[in-house]
Amino acid sequence: MFELLGISPQVLLGQLLLGLINGAFYAILSLGLAVIFGLLNIINFAHGALYMAGAFVAWILLHYLGIGYWPALILAPLIVGAFGIVLERTMMSRLYKLDHLYGLLLTFGLALIIQGLFRNYYGISGLPYQIPSQLSGGQNLGFMFLPNYRAWVVVASIVVCFGTWFMIEKTRLGAYLRAATENPALVSAFGINVPLLITLTYGFGVALAGFAGVLAAPIYSVNPNMGADLIIVVFAVVVIGGMGSILGAIITGYMLGIVEGLTRVFYPEGSAVVIFVIMAIVLLIKPEGLFGKEAR
Amino acid sequence: MMKKLSLATALCALSTGAAFAQEIDVKLGVLNDRSGVYADLSGEGSVVAARMAVEDFKAADKGLNVEIISADHQNKPDIGSNIARQWYEVDGVNAILDVPTSSVALAVADITAEKNGVLIDSGAGSTQLTREQCRPTTVHWTYDTAALATGTGAAMTNAGGKKWFFLTADYAFGHSLEENTARVVEDNGGEVVGQVNVPFPAQDFSSFLLQAQGSGADVIGLANAGGDTVNAIKQASEFGITQAGQKLAALLFFVTDVHALGAQTAQGLSLTEAFYWDQNDNTRAWSKRFMDIQDAQPTMVQAGVYSGTMAYLAAVEALGSAEDGKAIVAKMKEMEFNDPLFGKVTVRGDGRALHDMYLFEVKSPDESTGEWDLYNQISSITGEEAFLPMLPECDFTKQ
Repeated sequence: MFELLGISPQVLLGQLLLGLINGAFYAILSLGLAVIFGLLNIINFAHGALYMAGAFVAWILLHYLGIGYWPALILAPLIVGAFGIVLERTMMSRLYKLDHLYGLLLTFGLALIIQGLFRNYYGISGLPYQIPSQLSGGQNLGFMFLPNYRAWVVVASIVVCFGTWFMIEKTRLGAYLRAATENPALVSAFGINVPLLITLTYGFGVALAGFAGVLAAPIYSVNPNMGADLIIVVFAVVVIGGMGSILGAIITGYMLGIVEGLTRVFYPEGSAVVIFVIMAIVLLIKPEGLFGKEAR
Repeated sequence: MMKKLSLATALCALSTGAAFAQEIDVKLGVLNDRSGVYADLSGEGSVVAARMAVEDFKAADKGLNVEIISADHQNKPDIGSNIARQWYEVDGVNAILDVPTSSVALAVADITAEKNGVLIDSGAGSTQLTREQCRPTTVHWTYDTAALATGTGAAMTNAGGKKWFFLTADYAFGHSLEENTARVVEDNGGEVVGQVNVPFPAQDFSSFLLQAQGSGADVIGLANAGGDTVNAIKQASEFGITQAGQKLAALLFFVTDVHALGAQTAQGLSLTEAFYWDQNDNTRAWSKRFMDIQDAQPTMVQAGVYSGTMAYLAAVEALGSAEDGKAIVAKMKEMEFNDPLFGKVTVRGDGRALHDMYLFEVKSPDESTGEWDLYNQISSITGEEAFLPMLPECDFTKQ
């Protein structure tokens, strides 16, 4: 049978699929970052902490109120999004006129504070969260056992990513948004409430992080550091895709998930750095990112 | 008249002076992780345990004036070293307790030897503390990676898990844990069919688990710790690995980690510990007091701080002084201890505390009656069997 470097096609196919699943998380998270950067020009370092908050809100809903996974999938992003709106109104809105760096520092500080608060109240070990009963078990695909829940993660992520891209690139609301970032003064002269648009956009980007957090809760350890571990990789994804490029963030997210999956087969020790190696190469050859527009 | 008065004053001064001399001042420093990944398994809980030891030892009645201070070493050897040095030089600390994270513990062990203090380590796992870097002022109380490997590795190999596949965290700790366990597996007639080095820390273990699944191994050995192990076990359950008959062996896992997973996901997992809160009436009674203060059940590390502090205070009482660290540790090696949590404990010439270790299996959700009702005890191993034999050059009783 055909083998590549001693690895059977079954294994390879399995790893490709797993890579795609991880890519699903990268895609949702980097999409949120890209939306926020593209439309608000804020490098949202608090994204990982808000992803973590999404997972914790799901646990809190279940533990204290008995609200299960499915309602949490809607409620947790709404709660996290509302929290994001408060942050944007009270703090970030003061920084729009300043350099990007101030936004980055503010959100980095917020990330540390949010993580510290969760660590203080819930400890560092993490909390249990089960896969919903409708999605437990899995399918034997011949080349691998695919848990139903992972299949759901891929479907959910593709739907959310495509929906977001469609809304921003193809609808009237999206057109307002893009116009508002291009020339806020002109757009508000047409009677559109630009600050409200921006606030809602931040809330939406953050809600995406919360959504990814709920998706992750049943399969990753729910602990205060779960976002910090992931956010650096997600930033690399955004840089490779091109800062602010919505489609770039989505495609790069899935693509890098697959590259990482393949690295785990051929050279597992390198799987943690492969994304950063690619980032370095892309920055050298095409600094604006694979899908980014050249800076004007 | 004047003469009489001054005589009386002198006598008074003399008698109070004598009473003061009987009082022995002891200052204990609990140095551990209070904000990072080991904060739940050591942290403030270890300080609580040390306080409970002072209380139960009835130190005040025995003329010991014990003060406990604590600090966060943030799992960084440089920070830990600085605190230890300041404690010994400026604050007059007599003994340092707990110190999880092997790299910090090894650094503190050196400073302790230099300053003639005492290190009673409960939280760190490295066997080097009583081997390559043994010191006459070190006592390693609760566990080490070799004992965990022996407990879990031997028991699972003898129960039919002959073929092992390791998921190894790709740094010194993971490799040494794998090496220790592989040796035990092979000594017991098993074989290692494969291993994969997993970058540390890792979120997603599915690729590696799939490789382990394809290897046809009976047992997947998890040579990692904390959040990595939690992620690996959670995903092994998701991918149907445990349901299909392969067993997971967690080689460094604490009750707080099992609690984080829940019985549903962790059920059937085998692990070795020195202490579990629900072993007997003594451990239950003590753990209830601990729970009332700390709102969590104690880990073996925290219980070990209690047990080690009791033993240390007994040695100080016997010597009548807390000043000479080397003498206190030598005294501890002569004594035999018996406390409500660890039972009979002796300290070997190299500073290794010997006590029973226990193999546990995580209960199924049907068996478990509460969020902390997690283990069934499978078997126990004596200290002599569990820990590595003493290196002759580390036997400080012969030097």
